[in-house]
Amino acid sequence: MRKALEGSQAIAQTVALCRPQVVAAYPITPQTHIVENIAKLVANGHMDCELVSVESEFSAASLVLGAACAGSRTYTASASQGILLMSEVLYNIAGLRIPMVMTCANRAISAPLSIWNDQQDSMAVRDAGWIQLYCANNQEAVDTTIQAYRIAEATELPVMVCMDGFTLTHTLEPIDIPEQAMVDAYLPPFNFSRALDPANPISIGTLVSPDHYPEARHSHHHALLEAADEIIAADADWQQLSGRAAGGLLSVSGPDDAQIGILTLGSIVGTLSAASDTYTDLPATKLVNLRAYRPFPVDALRLACSGLTDLIVLERALSPGFGGIVSAEVHAALAGMQAVPRIHSFAVGLGGRDIPLEIYRTLHERIDIAEPQPFSIIDVEREKLPVEDHGIEVTETMT
Amino acid sequence: MSTAKQTITADSLVKLRKHQPRFEGIESGHRACLGCGEALAARLVTEAAGPDVMIANATGCLEIFTTPWPESAWRLPWMHSLFENTGAIAAGMEVALKAQGKPTKVLAFGGDGGTFDIGFQALSGMLERGHNVLYVCFDNEAYMNTGIQRSSSTPHAAMTTTSPPGSDRMGKRHLKKDILSIVAAHHIPYAATTSVAYPSDLRKKIRRAMEIEGPTFIQIHSPCPLGWGHDGEYSIKVARLAVQTGLFPIIELERQEMIGSMPIRHPRPVTDYLELQQRFRHLFNKNDARAVEELAHIQALADHNIKHYDLRGDGMDRLDSDGADTVRRGGMRWA
Repeated sequence: MRKALEGSQAIAQTVALCRPQVVAAYPITPQTHIVENIAKLVANGHMDCELVSVESEFSAASLVLGAACAGSRTYTASASQGILLMSEVLYNIAGLRIPMVMTCANRAISAPLSIWNDQQDSMAVRDAGWIQLYCANNQEAVDTTIQAYRIAEATELPVMVCMDGFTLTHTLEPIDIPEQAMVDAYLPPFNFSRALDPANPISIGTLVSPDHYPEARHSHHHALLEAADEIIAADADWQQLSGRAAGGLLSVSGPDDAQIGILTLGSIVGTLSAASDTYTDLPATKLVNLRAYRPFPVDALRLACSGLTDLIVLERALSPGFGGIVSAEVHAALAGMQAVPRIHSFAVGLGGRDIPLEIYRTLHERIDIAEPQPFSIIDVEREKLPVEDHGIEVTETMT
Repeated sequence: MSTAKQTITADSLVKLRKHQPRFEGIESGHRACLGCGEALAARLVTEAAGPDVMIANATGCLEIFTTPWPESAWRLPWMHSLFENTGAIAAGMEVALKAQGKPTKVLAFGGDGGTFDIGFQALSGMLERGHNVLYVCFDNEAYMNTGIQRSSSTPHAAMTTTSPPGSDRMGKRHLKKDILSIVAAHHIPYAATTSVAYPSDLRKKIRRAMEIEGPTFIQIHSPCPLGWGHDGEYSIKVARLAVQTGLFPIIELERQEMIGSMPIRHPRPVTDYLELQQRFRHLFNKNDARAVEELAHIQALADHNIKHYDLRGDGMDRLDSDGADTVRRGGMRWA
């Protein structure tokens, strides 16, 4: 049934449908609304779980790790500094191959202090060994959260569902929250093969010498690569049940014969989609919505980019001193293709800077130059820079 | 079958013991050093706690020497996550078991570094939220696993690799943190100290904590021959002297109220304890006025403990076997 819901509220209701037994979280905007809504569901008897308000994100991640090892389905959410504080545990969870799901309500990292949206937080834990799925809108976030449990439990890998903080979490949209029966039919009860049990005692998290460490890393890496099949299957099965797909590894929209493509992650997809309808005078453009960032879908990306002369990679984070994080990976993934498109790399919307529709025109203007553009942050305003930086070229939005 | 009287030999005694139905949570064959106080303490704890437990173990010696993959000394469901999150891991296990309706008790094991220092926040959170977890701190008074570095549990004036004595220093400059008071200040039902030198006291306290629904905390003084600088064969002697000098008071608290202590009828001078350990060697240079002064400081600390915790007791008791072997609880009730 379609209801007008705030993103956080929708996620809370969806998490309840997935029947986690243990939820732990620490207040950090913007995911706080999710946990507050879960607390209301628990308080009103609509959700049967142990909700633990812990003393830090570090303990939130640790608590759900302990709970999962003791055999319970779990949930937690965080963002920004919370993700960084959790990061040691996030690596640990993935290395131990523990199935669990968390929401990252994407937000910028301090300093400078910002409470607003970008994706620097989840990018910072890119290599933790989690599956990372990015959501373009709140409906995708709802469907992806349900799918995430199935993927995590089938692959024994943790899944981070990334949704843009505020842009999605605090936005009211008509959302279809599925029926409990549908989710139950899709998601069998949690049955963790390595759950701790006094009747069959095992040791989890032992010391591994150089004799075995590379093998453990090899297995983990390949588990992530192979999880791609499960991500596709989980989405296909969900589509059969609900009539909605959430985008598999990546989804492509726009004309097949377009020569210009824009690849991005998260809610920018919606902005670009609306812009392409508005600016009909601009060349036909293919829009690539990268949903699975880990595992990185190399083959699907090559397929999506075949026939393109130019690919613009637009991302909400950067690696200072190098440039685009996603664009570097896109370069690597497309290297060796018969006709590699020219790749242009931009960061946009950092620290919650609004991304106007006009960005679409700006991007087209920027690539209308013979050489691929080096990485830059779009929309930097020269007069706001310190005087000593005024000489550096900036990329301004066309108005 | 022979009817001849069987002679009991050392070998047959070992076999007989193997047939005793005593539960062992941690097997022999682990890689602890000779005379390791922590290994013995962990065995005593798991024996007393029994098989229906689940363990969250902090990073440290205990974790390292029991689980060199692909081997494990544990016959209990056991997990190690990180150094500083043991309180939260144990809390997670506890709520999961509660959600599943299982009665299994959760134990958390940490060294003094993982408890007093880096894991302190997670421990405090676990205690404050009232999780039904028995947290056991194996206190060997320094970061032994990483090479004997000072922790906030290291006693005053002790030499460690990060508190070496020298022309400007006499070992650790600060006092040993009073973790028991801090833990008890969470108003948890039960917090106690014990020592590996007193196995019956240790077992008794573990069993008592196991019976309690809610957070409980037991600090076990566990000598580290390598870090303290004594032969492995003296571990128990050293641990006992820590108690008999008053430097490590054996006490019990319920909801922050002291309800029992191990009496010391004949206190020993602190030098009896200190002189056995290389970590205090620099205090025995008679030509160094600072050493003489530090010895006086340490004696004053012991005297303070004896007075503060009333460790001399109130006269000789009928069941008191000359001092520190029994624990007196309130009134005439004996544990």
